[in-house]
Amino acid sequence: MIAALLRRDLAQFFPFTGSGAALPVVFFVAVAMLFPFAVGPDANVMAKTGGGVVWIAALLAAILPLEKLVARDIALGFFDQLRLRGITEEAMMAVRLLAHWLSFGPPLLLATFPAAALLKIEGESFSILLLGLLAGTPGLAAIGLMIAALTASLRAGAALSGLLLIPLALPILIFGAGALARQDHISLGFVGAISLGLAALAPFAAGAAIRAARENE
Amino acid sequence: MQAPSPSLIADNLACRRGERLLFRRLSFRLDGGAACHVTGANGAGKTTLIRALAGLTTPYAGTVRRQGALALLDERTGLDPDLPLARALGFWAGIDRVADRQAIMARLRLAALAEVPVRYLSTGQKKRAALARVLGQAAPVWLLDEPLAGLDTASQALVGELVREHCSGGGIALIASHQPLDVPFMTSFAIEDFAPAPAEEDEA
Repeated sequence: MIAALLRRDLAQFFPFTGSGAALPVVFFVAVAMLFPFAVGPDANVMAKTGGGVVWIAALLAAILPLEKLVARDIALGFFDQLRLRGITEEAMMAVRLLAHWLSFGPPLLLATFPAAALLKIEGESFSILLLGLLAGTPGLAAIGLMIAALTASLRAGAALSGLLLIPLALPILIFGAGALARQDHISLGFVGAISLGLAALAPFAAGAAIRAARENE
Repeated sequence: MQAPSPSLIADNLACRRGERLLFRRLSFRLDGGAACHVTGANGAGKTTLIRALAGLTTPYAGTVRRQGALALLDERTGLDPDLPLARALGFWAGIDRVADRQAIMARLRLAALAEVPVRYLSTGQKKRAALARVLGQAAPVWLLDEPLAGLDTASQALVGELVREHCSGGGIALIASHQPLDVPFMTSFAIEDFAPAPAEEDEA
C-alpha cells in the first residue's frame, strides 16, 4: 500500500515524467548561469561568492514545487480516501516527504555539476558544496512540506509559503553556505543534523495540519 | 475476510459549520442490509453529517460508531486529473486489491473512457468513475453524498440498482441527496428536523 502510494507520489512530482515538470531544476541552473553575467566573469569574485549563489538558488528552487505539494490532493479528496483505508496522515506525509525530496534533491545535486562549472567552483569547495546540498536538501524538503500542508487551506497559500520558507531555511543556509566560506566539514554535520531533525518532525506537523484543514473547511 | 455484521450508529450527534449549529440530537442505527436516505436543502448539513460519519471530522457533540470498512463518495473524486481514467482508477484498485477491474468499469459504462484523462470527463462521467472506485473498495458501509448529481436517467437507475444490490448483500448505505432514489426498502429522514430552533441556536 505504502509502495503504491510512493509510486503515485513520485509520478506526480518527478521532473520530466510528472506534471511537476523540471521547473525547479531549470530555475536552479538558470540562476547559476545568470550570475556571471550580472557580476562579471572575474574568477576570484565568483569563486568567493559562487557557492552562496548556488545555495540561494537551491533554496528558491525548493519553493517552486510547494504549491502543488499538498493543496491539490486536499482538493481532490485524495487524503480523505486514504484515511478511510486506514492510512494515517503521518504516513501519507512521510511518503510525500520522501517523494518530494527524491523529485527535487537528486536532480538538484546533478544540476550542481553544470552550475558549479559555470560559477568556477572547483576542488575542495565543490565537494563541500555538493555534500552540503546533499545534507541540506532533505531539510528544505521537510520545511517545504510542513509549510505546504499548513497553508494548503489558505487562499493565498502559494504566495505565503515562499515567504514562510525563507526564514525557516536560514539555519540550513547559514551552516551550509558557511561551510564553504570556512572550508570545513563540521558545519556540514550541523546541516545534516538540522535536516534530520526537520525530516523527523515534518510528517507529524504536516499530518496534523491536514487534519486541521479538514475541520475548518 | 469474514467480518462481523456491519453497523453504523450515530448517537446524539451535533455538528457545526463555522459558528453555526447545523443539526443536533441526531441519533440513528443502521445494521446490515439497511439503506437510509438523508434529505435536506443545500447547506442544511448533509455533507457535514457524511464527513462526521466518515470520521473525517470530529462532531461538535455526540459519537459515531461503526463496524466494517467504509467507502465514501462525495464531490471529490480522488482521481488524478492528469491520468487516463483506467490508470487513475487503477491506483485505487491496487490499494483496494480489486480483482476484476474490467467488470467494474463495464458495469458503470466506463470502458470506452479508459484512455481519457480524468480532467476531460464530464460531471456525470466523473461521478460514475468515483462510483467505480467505491464499488472496487468492496466496503460494507457506503456513504454516498449526492450520488445522483450530474447523472443521466440511465445512470441514476444504475445507482439505485447498485444500492439495492449492496444492501441485499448485507451492506449498509447512507445516501444524502435531494433527489429520490429507487430503493423500496430505504428509510429516510430530513436533516432539517434536527436543526435547532432559532432560540436554541442563540444559546449555542
